[in-house]
Amino acid sequence: MIPGTFDYYRPQTVDDAVGLLSKLGEEASVLAGGHSLIPLMKTRFASPHHLVDLSGIGDLKGISVEGDDIVIGAMTTQFELIASEELERHIPIIAETSRLIADPQIRYKGTFGGNVANGDPGNDMPAVMMCLGASYSVSGPDGNRDIAARDFYQGAYFTALEHGEILTAVRIPIPAPGHGSAYEKLKRKVGDYATAAAAVVITMAGGTCTSASIGLTNVSETPLWASDAAALLVGSSLDKASVDAAVAAAEAITNPASDMRGPAEYRTKMAGIMVRRALERAKSRAKG
Amino acid sequence: MNDQTKIDQDRAERTEKLQGMGCKRKRVEDIRFTQGKGSYVDDLKLPGMLFGDFVRSPHAHARIKSIDTSRAKALPGVIAVLTAADLKPLGLHYMPTLAGDVQAVLAEEKVLFQNQEVAFVIAEDRYIASDATELVDVEYEALPCIVDPFKSMLPDAPILREDIQDKMTGAHGPRKHPNHIFEWMIGDKEATDAVFANADVTIKEMLVDHRTHPSPLETCQSVASFDKVKGELTLWGTFQAPHVIRTVVSLISGLPEHKIHVIAPDIGGGFGNKVGAYAGYVCSVVGSIVLGVPVKWVEDRMENLSTTSFARDYHMTTELAATKEGKIQAMRVHVLADHGAFDACADPSKWPAGFMNICTGSYDIPVAHLAVDGVYTNKASGGVAYRCSFRVTEAVFAIERAVEVLAQKLGMDAAELRIKNFIKAEQFPYQSALGWEYDSGDYHTAMKKAMDTIGYKELREEQAKKREAFKRGETRELMGIGISFFTEIVGAGPAKNCDILGIAMFDSAEIRIHPTGSVIARMGTKSQGQGHETTYAQIIATEIGIPADDIMIEEGNTDTAPYGLGTYGSRSTPVAGAATAVAARKIKAKAQMIAAHMLEVHEGDLEWDVDRFRVKGLPEKFKTMKEIAWAAYNSPPPNMEPGLEAVNYYEPPNMTYPFGAYFCVMDIDVDTGVAKTRRFYALDDCGTRINPMIIEGQVHGGLTEAFACAMGQEIRYDEQGNVMGASFMDFFLPTAVETPNWETDHTVTPSPHHPIGAKGVGESPHVGGVPCFSNAVNDAYAFLGAGHIQMPHDAWRLWKVGEKLGLHASA
Ligand SMILES: Cc1cc2nc3c(=O)[nH]c(=O)nc-3n(C[C@H](O)[C@H](O)[C@H](O)COP(=O)(O)OP(=O)(O)OC[C@H]3O[C@@H](n4cnc5c(N)ncnc54)[C@H](O)[C@@H]3O)c2cc1C
Repeated sequence: MIPGTFDYYRPQTVDDAVGLLSKLGEEASVLAGGHSLIPLMKTRFASPHHLVDLSGIGDLKGISVEGDDIVIGAMTTQFELIASEELERHIPIIAETSRLIADPQIRYKGTFGGNVANGDPGNDMPAVMMCLGASYSVSGPDGNRDIAARDFYQGAYFTALEHGEILTAVRIPIPAPGHGSAYEKLKRKVGDYATAAAAVVITMAGGTCTSASIGLTNVSETPLWASDAAALLVGSSLDKASVDAAVAAAEAITNPASDMRGPAEYRTKMAGIMVRRALERAKSRAKG
Repeated sequence: MNDQTKIDQDRAERTEKLQGMGCKRKRVEDIRFTQGKGSYVDDLKLPGMLFGDFVRSPHAHARIKSIDTSRAKALPGVIAVLTAADLKPLGLHYMPTLAGDVQAVLAEEKVLFQNQEVAFVIAEDRYIASDATELVDVEYEALPCIVDPFKSMLPDAPILREDIQDKMTGAHGPRKHPNHIFEWMIGDKEATDAVFANADVTIKEMLVDHRTHPSPLETCQSVASFDKVKGELTLWGTFQAPHVIRTVVSLISGLPEHKIHVIAPDIGGGFGNKVGAYAGYVCSVVGSIVLGVPVKWVEDRMENLSTTSFARDYHMTTELAATKEGKIQAMRVHVLADHGAFDACADPSKWPAGFMNICTGSYDIPVAHLAVDGVYTNKASGGVAYRCSFRVTEAVFAIERAVEVLAQKLGMDAAELRIKNFIKAEQFPYQSALGWEYDSGDYHTAMKKAMDTIGYKELREEQAKKREAFKRGETRELMGIGISFFTEIVGAGPAKNCDILGIAMFDSAEIRIHPTGSVIARMGTKSQGQGHETTYAQIIATEIGIPADDIMIEEGNTDTAPYGLGTYGSRSTPVAGAATAVAARKIKAKAQMIAAHMLEVHEGDLEWDVDRFRVKGLPEKFKTMKEIAWAAYNSPPPNMEPGLEAVNYYEPPNMTYPFGAYFCVMDIDVDTGVAKTRRFYALDDCGTRINPMIIEGQVHGGLTEAFACAMGQEIRYDEQGNVMGASFMDFFLPTAVETPNWETDHTVTPSPHHPIGAKGVGESPHVGGVPCFSNAVNDAYAFLGAGHIQMPHDAWRLWKVGEKLGLHASA
């Protein structure tokens, strides 16, 4: 529980941060809220020699509506997501998910950007971002680029982010007014990562499902976007047969690890139950 | 207002001012704890202090081929690296355990569990020490390991303890196998077997009380400071039993006991984890003696969970024989006890299985037999009493699950079966079939009060309806009602059967009244959060009429406190609490003589009145305790020693036997296996109640730990002996969010042999709580034919029960 030695930097601009990361090389890590990285350092699963803390960069904070999108700065804390009226109005699933992350102390420090950039399949926001079709704005030594959340996650702690790149913001298309959403998370206790969790966003018209998107947390090496499962729902009334089929399709793409939360078979089944329950709740919230 | 009312009112006011026994006095220690002003071992900073850290084995069982410390020693800031080779010439590479075994301080030829201590790095700071542990190169040859205790004594099992391979007699008699530690038996086997052979109904169930850990928030730690000039060692540490630690340190180091100063400052929870002696203590001491500067050792969370004393790991084949009307006739238990790599149980020396023989519980069972086999495995050593007297949680779990299994087989209500078999109030003192004399109890009254309060009949009716609804597919929830009626055995204990390393398990109090009437009192026990500073003062306040606020309680400094055996097994109130009352009474007796002299009357003409002696029939003629204290120093009677103080070393004539009736109502989601505790009602009878608020706090804490143990907390190993989940991410420590709401209640049956009738309460809720939760879970699934469901009852395991019963198809 004692980290190794490291140097600490606190740049004031994104450019400086990017410059530092290039200069310091592979042994440097970005530090945001520290609530994923520091535990890894304390157990010495990570031993970066340099930490580049982004908390001095004011530009990386904030939540704003830009046209049909909401843009969230990477250094916005998980607590600020809960407190935001804009988000509550337009994309309530984000605050709902935040409330299920860790505990209040951690949410005051832990950032939205850190949560999505971390690459731990246990993080809750990535599946929600995949579900919502978000895209990540990234700055690096070669300039800026955007990466779709659905293309971002490649393996446990392995993402499309190149070394030296910083996630600056996340752009989320605002779902249609009247949409219904829910995040269902099964966990052992407060502060626990999901045994399994599911994010669901649907729209309904005249009792028929007109669009559906499903994300799954912690039931594979990466968060999952269950596109086949969602497709089975579109055009249905979310009747039992369609839901059963979607649940089965969602379960089919899981590949969880057996751990202290339970054996793989259990976690797969729980992913299914979370999808089922999230669908029920999203349906009850959807207008139309 | 008439005269009598006035007198009564005056007396009530004076009594209230004392804040004595029976009042909800606020905890005085909380003033510093809630302000972050407690003073723990890790707060200690001494000039020149160095820091130690362990190199630990990645293997569960391996031969050590070589240890190369050169790279570590070369790291700037590293002062020394100790290995077994350094300790061996001092005879310190092994240390004695409380259970009569020896335990490696640093592994010599083999490692026997994952995370075992292999080398101790001493450096200028904690970070360098930690860095250097990665630079010690140890070459291992992995060996086949034993994780399952049932495989320990197989003929071809690998021999774990080569150091004692040829010693076929251990501290507790003959060993049947090199991996066998002891066999311990009690009761009448022949008579028991005979009853079983002819019984109407018998049940037999393997009940596993799984391995877990006491997990106090503050881990184990020590600071050793050796003064080479004076030849004196000061050792600060997280010690539940500081005096015993001093004796042990003297015995193993050869330093004379008076030159060892052991100090236990504030302790952040113990729950049994801080009774034993650990490699870290020894290494900090050796480090300081060798280097002549203070050495600090602080365990981290993973080290705490994976190395210093675990609890439980009892595999109990439990049998009951009964008539078809439900009268229990006999009990037979065999325990396979997994002690890990060394027998480091913290029991009184003559009790290798603790007080497991309390397993006949609250029932009048004519004959019984208990046999316990202890075995070695490749797991961390220990077997401490986790918030319970020695193996009492295990014993109560065995009987309280077994009566439910029997009730089910008989088709009887589990509460009714218990009531039918309770020891009756008029049977006390009661001789149990396995050798104890229960001092007092009134089980029927307690059970009736509990059942009436919880509304037992209505709950069963509701459950019956729910079960029908479940069968019809109208709900996916199962309702379980858990009962436990426990009898504990605490307050070890009488010298005839309780000692630790030959020291009788008395405890002590020394009380000094200062001239101005304030008090300092010291005890041989050591609070780890129980609130001794508050409650001992209340006992003294009531006994001698000085306000509790004027009484300072001090424990933990072996130079100033009288010798005592420490705090665990709910022994502080039964033993040191008794010593406190007896010492106070000695003071009061002397005070009476002084008062008689002051008032110029005969002693017999005085009577005690709350805080004063007054002349019988002349209530206006009195001397308060404060006045008497001054006189004791200023003008004692002729021929009387001045001063006002007393010491008592109290050897209890018997244990005390707290009991209680617990009920739990649980709702389980069969599709996820998630269990929700709807209600939990705990009625405790701990005899005289010193501070109802502290009792309530103790009950809340104990129930929370019981909830944890039953519902998910465990130390698990995989087949290679890797310890799983040794961090708070996985190890289930419930937060306020998960913790159920507790309803507490009580009856009062004072202990007849204790000076103030108190029995101890800190552990009752744990002991009674674990089976109550497990019974609730078992009861929920019982009507579906689930059979006994083993703990821990975490969600995935309950889901598996549902899966096995085919409950998920319709989800
Ligand atoms: C007890 C506990 C319980 C938790 N429970 C949950 C939970 O239930 N669900 C959940 O989702 N999370 C949970 N977390 C994690 C928490 O939400 C973290 O805050 C979050 O995962 C990471 O955010 P951070 O700001 O703390 O990032 P950091 O820990 O600082 O960084 C995490 C990683 O992301 C990288 N990184 C951070 N920001 C950027 C950026 N802008 N650009 C590029 N790389 C970046 C860092 O280099 C690092 O590798 C828990 C944490 C703890 C300690």
